[in-house]
Amino acid sequence: MTAPFPQSRLKGTAMPRTGPETASPIIAIDDLSKAYGSLQVLKNCTTSVARGEVVVVCGPSGSGKSTLIKCVNGLEPFQSGSISVEGLSVGDRKTDLTRLRSRIGMVFQHFELYPHLTVRDNITLAPRHVLRRSRDEAIDKAEALLARVGLADKADRFPGQLSGGQQQRVAIARALAMDPVAMLFDEPTSALDPEMINEVLDVMTELAADGMTMMVVTHEMGFARRVAHRVLFMDGGQILEEAPTAAFFEAPRTDRARSFLSKILQH
Amino acid sequence: MTYRWNWSVLVTEPYLGWLLSGLTWTLLVAGTAWIVALLIGTGVGILRTLPSRTARALGTVYVEIFRNIPLLLQLFLWYFVIPELLPAEIGRWIKRDLPMPEFWTAALGLGLFTAARIAEQVRAGIEAVGRGQAMAAAASGLSTAQAYRHVLLPIAARNVLPPLTSEFLNIVKNSSLALTIGVLELTGQSRQIESNTFQGIEAFTAATLIYVLLTMLVIAAMRTVERATAIPGILARA
Repeated sequence: MTAPFPQSRLKGTAMPRTGPETASPIIAIDDLSKAYGSLQVLKNCTTSVARGEVVVVCGPSGSGKSTLIKCVNGLEPFQSGSISVEGLSVGDRKTDLTRLRSRIGMVFQHFELYPHLTVRDNITLAPRHVLRRSRDEAIDKAEALLARVGLADKADRFPGQLSGGQQQRVAIARALAMDPVAMLFDEPTSALDPEMINEVLDVMTELAADGMTMMVVTHEMGFARRVAHRVLFMDGGQILEEAPTAAFFEAPRTDRARSFLSKILQH
Repeated sequence: MTYRWNWSVLVTEPYLGWLLSGLTWTLLVAGTAWIVALLIGTGVGILRTLPSRTARALGTVYVEIFRNIPLLLQLFLWYFVIPELLPAEIGRWIKRDLPMPEFWTAALGLGLFTAARIAEQVRAGIEAVGRGQAMAAAASGLSTAQAYRHVLLPIAARNVLPPLTSEFLNIVKNSSLALTIGVLELTGQSRQIESNTFQGIEAFTAATLIYVLLTMLVIAAMRTVERATAIPGILARA
């Protein structure tokens, strides 16, 4: 594996835990509930993410983690409670949802690169058509970002010609091209071969070190331990535990979190 | 059977001219119908995938009306029934003043029928692109229209090329029904030759071969389009 950031000042070191300011959260989720018919998928979830904060959301499959972060940029509708991003209410019909979404980057489990566009065009599409940047400006930015994720030589390739890890790094560059105020990651390494997981986690670690506000759904507990400021543990659609990273891993309060951690950390 | 073979009838005037004229009308009916079918079919297919419930309902109504009535009956309805139901002046205009009413009725009738089938393929083609791509487009701030224009439709268009080839072939072959409302296209002309010369086998063989040639040209053209638009890094379906 080639590390995209050979000179990373973060290699093997823990993230500082004191970065984020708590005054005005970028993302505020208040008493959020969502149901598909009679199936309750989110129950009274309340949390917030401060500027520069990295929050890892973990929990068993079907616990509502992905649904929760997809509610943040309005990809999933919800029935009650509220979410605000930089003070804009997501559920409010008057909110310009496309504008709000253009402020938040999102990275998906299955990359979701546009297969018919080159890597460069994947990255420049939204900046050109949503932010109305000029073609040249968008391309310059795309190439700088590709260099940053270690894929400067892949601009002319199509997604189908790249490995999973490379595709996911392009997807991160695509999200960053919009200069987002926060990034949402929905199990970004779950669809990757084991040997490609680290190249993606390295990019995310670097991003966190640069002060990006991040909400990350992941099963990568090593990454959570190293990078997260705070961990949310979800089960059955509820946020069962919310704690600073060290406290969560060293002394989980609920039995459910304890048994989850013991199962996931054995391997 | 004492059949007197006479292949030369096919290259004798006026019969050669009749065949060529029939071929021309077949191309005109099928070509016009294809343009109508592609435009309306794409529009209706998109309607059926939009978030708006009203848009989807409109698309569904169109598809169910046009694909559930036999094509031949649809042509009769457009030609014999609809002009009588329309306000008198319009009906009169269609029957008396519209140039080549048989041609326009056949081409539009065939086009509207085929549009319902194409709409279903376009809908399936868009749905096959997947919810993930639509989500990625939305998450980056693209509007619904922009997501269709830049992401969903370019991929869907490639998805529908193979079934679209079949529709194109159908429209060429179904254009022969135009003879029932008086368009002397290829099948009509070959029947005309048969009744004038009693050389039915030669006349219908000629028509058959011309249809096969036409459809093979369509297949070759669509293959070329498929190849030209194939996405690098994705295994070709063909």
